[in-house]
Amino acid sequence: MKSLIASLELGHGVDWHRIAAMVLRYWYLLLSSWPRLLELVYWPALQIITWGFLQSYIAENAGFFARAGGTLIGAVILWDILFRGQLGFSISFLEEMWARNLGNLMMSPLKPIEFLISLMIMSLIRLAIGIVPMTLLAMIFFDFNLLGFGLPLIAFFCNLIFTSWALGIFVSGLVLRNGLGAESIVWTLMFGVMPLACVYYPVSVLPHWLQLIAWALPPTYVFEGMRALLMQHHFRADLMLWSLGLNAVLFAASFVSFLVMLNSARRHGSLIQSGE
Amino acid sequence: MTLDTASSPGLPASDTPAAAIEVAHLVKVYKTTRAVDDISFRVARGSITGLLGGNGAGKTTTIAMIMGLVSPTAGHVRVLGHAMPEQRADVLGRINFESPYVDMPSRLTVRQNLTVFGRLYAVPDLPGRIAELAADLDLGEFLDRASGKLSAGQKTRVALAKALINRPELLLLDEPTASLDPDTADWIRGHLETYRRQYGASILLASHNMLEVERLCDRVVIMKRGRIEDDDAPSAILARYNRATLEEVFLDVARGRAWQQGDLP
Repeated sequence: MKSLIASLELGHGVDWHRIAAMVLRYWYLLLSSWPRLLELVYWPALQIITWGFLQSYIAENAGFFARAGGTLIGAVILWDILFRGQLGFSISFLEEMWARNLGNLMMSPLKPIEFLISLMIMSLIRLAIGIVPMTLLAMIFFDFNLLGFGLPLIAFFCNLIFTSWALGIFVSGLVLRNGLGAESIVWTLMFGVMPLACVYYPVSVLPHWLQLIAWALPPTYVFEGMRALLMQHHFRADLMLWSLGLNAVLFAASFVSFLVMLNSARRHGSLIQSGE
Repeated sequence: MTLDTASSPGLPASDTPAAAIEVAHLVKVYKTTRAVDDISFRVARGSITGLLGGNGAGKTTTIAMIMGLVSPTAGHVRVLGHAMPEQRADVLGRINFESPYVDMPSRLTVRQNLTVFGRLYAVPDLPGRIAELAADLDLGEFLDRASGKLSAGQKTRVALAKALINRPELLLLDEPTASLDPDTADWIRGHLETYRRQYGASILLASHNMLEVERLCDRVVIMKRGRIEDDDAPSAILARYNRATLEEVFLDVARGRAWQQGDLP
């Protein structure tokens, strides 16, 4: 525990100039590669178009979905906030592994906490680049206005982004400890969460024992809250508070696991190896 | 020339303030492999110390432990008077390093890379410092080119510029001239000598290149299989082994022909 606290290196506090330097580094990287920028927009746009047309088709043919207009498109956009938030965090981290730059950073005055904060900021920037065109497409083609959620959207967004960061921190720790051989977890972990978070269907659909697991995940409360808002026009603040509480636990656990894996990487010499 | 007062391997480190690096009874065990086996040495302030040894001798692991990238299994490291890795935050802004095991981000231009690292090290008047390094290391013609598109020699100069961006008091160099042509390598060595002279910096240099070590180093620590085989001024080592060059000494050590046993040919 003592070594964990020491690895925080909080002796001289957090320096925002160093965080800004890292954000600048990722910004340069984004601008240096148009395929990277295009990819940020391409997949969310593809998602919204596919699911948007599916929702339109179902709404024309099923009375229930006609009443529940927007639940599919809303779920797609919120899911993308969760998924792209984690991906934005983790990919910025992977960029350092791919560039064999981690040693330079670990030897600089940059502290682990500052590194993580810069990754969080980059996840927001990358998310914005993808989500803004996505919401505009939903508005133009499918008459779905994400901002129509009103203030609850802030609660949805914050809870989803906290979860995405927590998972991003955890996965980054795994890659740090195990090398690029663990890279695939970055892309697949969130898909393991998807069926249990009940993105496209209510929790009540799941068998009872699985519902218990689903309710242990912070995003489940957000998607339930979204459906309550769209179908019953009722904002469930209790669900958001549960989500926030669970996120706090998840965030703390991820942060501790990152430090444990960082210390383990130092013990096993992983920081001076860059391969698998 | 500044020489350390430590005279033999295994000597415990003292609190001598003159030491830039103090390593005491350092051990690193990876599973069943003893990569570094109870080594002790000092690097005096203002000196250039060479860390010599063949592949697998433990040089990189030793440097990584000095930098705090690898945790020792046992023993202690002090850098500029600070315990590593516990007091890393107090010292990282005053040191820097270059190693073939890390790269500069290849998609960023040289100027962008130096800007990012300059900001991480809180370098005052950063544009001025980058211009100064560009002039010193002859980077001007490719300052705005992507780092990944440079030749090996140019990349080494950029890596050196990054290592010098904060005018470090202590520079750790792991094979700084590996894979360079003789002209570029010589040029890099000349620059390191100038930097040490100008700023009174201390340099720890891991190398396979004996000519490089002979030319640059005030002191040489020879490692083999994780242990220190010898630790002295180059001239003293040459005299002890009765050899004309460090390369011959290196071969003696690598092939197990120890001077103490008097079995040198």
